[in-house]
Amino acid sequence: MTPARTKPAGGLGQAAQWAVALALFAAIPLAGKKFFVTMANEVLVMGLFAVAFNLLYGFAGMLSFGQAAYYGVGAYTVGLLLSKGVLPFAVALPAAVAAGAALALLLGPLCIRLSGVYFTMLTLAFAEMVWGIVFKWYGFTGGDNGIQGIPVPDLLRSPVRYYYFTLAVVFASFWLLRRIVDSPFGAVLQSIRENPERTGFLGIQVRRYELAAMVISGAFAALAGGLFAGYQHSIHPDMLHWTKSGEVILMSILGGVSSFFGPLMGAAVILFIEDMIGKYTEFWEIWIGGIMLAIVIFFPKGVIGTLDSWIARGRDRERAADGTPGS
Amino acid sequence: MFTQLIGGLTSSMTLFLVASGLTLIFGVGNVFNFAHGSFYLLGAYFAYQLVSVTGIGFFPGVLLAALCTGAAGAVMELFFLRRIYGRGGEEGFQILLTYSFILIIDDVVKMIWGTDYKSISRPEILDGAWTIGDLFVPRYDAVVIATGLLVALGMWGLIRRSRFGRNLRAISANREMASSLGVNVPVTLSFVFGLATALGGLSGALSAPVRTVTPGAGVEVIIGSMIVVVIGGLGNFWGALVGALIIGEVTAFGILFLPQWAILFSYAVMALVLVFRPQGLFMKQGVAK
Repeated sequence: MTPARTKPAGGLGQAAQWAVALALFAAIPLAGKKFFVTMANEVLVMGLFAVAFNLLYGFAGMLSFGQAAYYGVGAYTVGLLLSKGVLPFAVALPAAVAAGAALALLLGPLCIRLSGVYFTMLTLAFAEMVWGIVFKWYGFTGGDNGIQGIPVPDLLRSPVRYYYFTLAVVFASFWLLRRIVDSPFGAVLQSIRENPERTGFLGIQVRRYELAAMVISGAFAALAGGLFAGYQHSIHPDMLHWTKSGEVILMSILGGVSSFFGPLMGAAVILFIEDMIGKYTEFWEIWIGGIMLAIVIFFPKGVIGTLDSWIARGRDRERAADGTPGS
Repeated sequence: MFTQLIGGLTSSMTLFLVASGLTLIFGVGNVFNFAHGSFYLLGAYFAYQLVSVTGIGFFPGVLLAALCTGAAGAVMELFFLRRIYGRGGEEGFQILLTYSFILIIDDVVKMIWGTDYKSISRPEILDGAWTIGDLFVPRYDAVVIATGLLVALGMWGLIRRSRFGRNLRAISANREMASSLGVNVPVTLSFVFGLATALGGLSGALSAPVRTVTPGAGVEVIIGSMIVVVIGGLGNFWGALVGALIIGEVTAFGILFLPQWAILFSYAVMALVLVFRPQGLFMKQGVAK
């Protein structure tokens, strides 16, 4: 795996990038089509989910195949609290974050008992368990009917307003996650990715950091799920299904796990492709599988990583050309 | 109770056939084949095609289905997995590559055979049951259990007692060293892939008359076999057998007590093993990576 960048790409340059991204997303409702808003909302939500996943995979080197459990638990926390009228939205959304963190605190210690392939298997198995419970517990979760008609406060009832709310929450989360990645804590995670054993020799309790990474990633995944529940007003056990975990992995590796915003780009590309394919054929899995296969074999660094190395190669060639007299 | 026990044994054996393939590939090739359940699925559909549609008879059909599945598995290794051996961060890429095969095989199956439930009828001579005293043993279950045990014995003989098995163990211990001593590593690895996926296909073909064949079955099976290999220790052949026995029986008796939540019992067993013996029941300390 290519190392994720540790240093921010220069103060002003980075601020400008954030401003451009924010302005782009903020301008989307101006196009006036509901479809664009729905799509952009989904890109933001899945982007947050993918960036949170990448904290685990790209930065700490932990390939979790069970992140959909946290995403779904966040969605169900918001859905259940609001549809049963227990708590207002302003409390339900933070409660979703807490639920995601709590689930990670419960499953995490079991999953990090082992590493590598085993870790991946355990995250998948336990996530399937959570999915099974949600799917079968008709009395509480509505089983495979899901939950419909989730009420949101009047203030956020219009899709455009909710979209701006999502935009604010997602970018605030990106900022927080960026701070986490750039902090000493983030540096330790990257050191664990490179060599867990040596990291341990430095006196760092590797397991504790791994658990913390799972809790943070789970909490933000749950936040993404909660945001989605509020926008769609309906949720379904499919949100916890393992294919959702696979989707978010694909988004991350397509965008490039070595960059912070790669997964967001990947989310945009995959959602766009899914929408296009969905119009023509019911067999979208084979396309997604084919894309994934091609990325793994030909572009292991993802879109951003591959572009970066192309640019670097181009520069080298230019430099070589400049150095040759008479050319 | 006895019926439960026999039913549990039967599902243990189908689980064992899949898990032993998974563990063989990991033990020899150091590859985690995430798509192993999809080969189970392929085996079931091949058997449906050969037995119910083409009608070449049950036993030839099952055997041929397993062979075809093995061929598909060897193709995956030969043309795709081989291209990423030795790459940095290989483990993650293996999982992603084999995951993409789950998606592809799932859709190919849906394209060819549709999404309806399919079923195969048992051969007539295996209908009914044998009686031993007061106990009834359904004939088909007995055949599945016997097949599982025979495969276990055959695999043990192959790995421990044959020249080929010695090569396998050499590759498992040190791939480069084995290669420089004249073992043809690439061919052996493709063969191991074929063999292991054929076992998965055999499991699917044998399960087809007992459970209905649906496109989603592959995932169920891979999760079950992952629980088995976590309990037994990945790469450990006997671990796969004992793990499969535990999970098959725990689920069978779980259905008796808590029908809706029977699946949770196997997760509970897995969690217990993780807390007390995270390397698996049959692995030495520190072997699990």
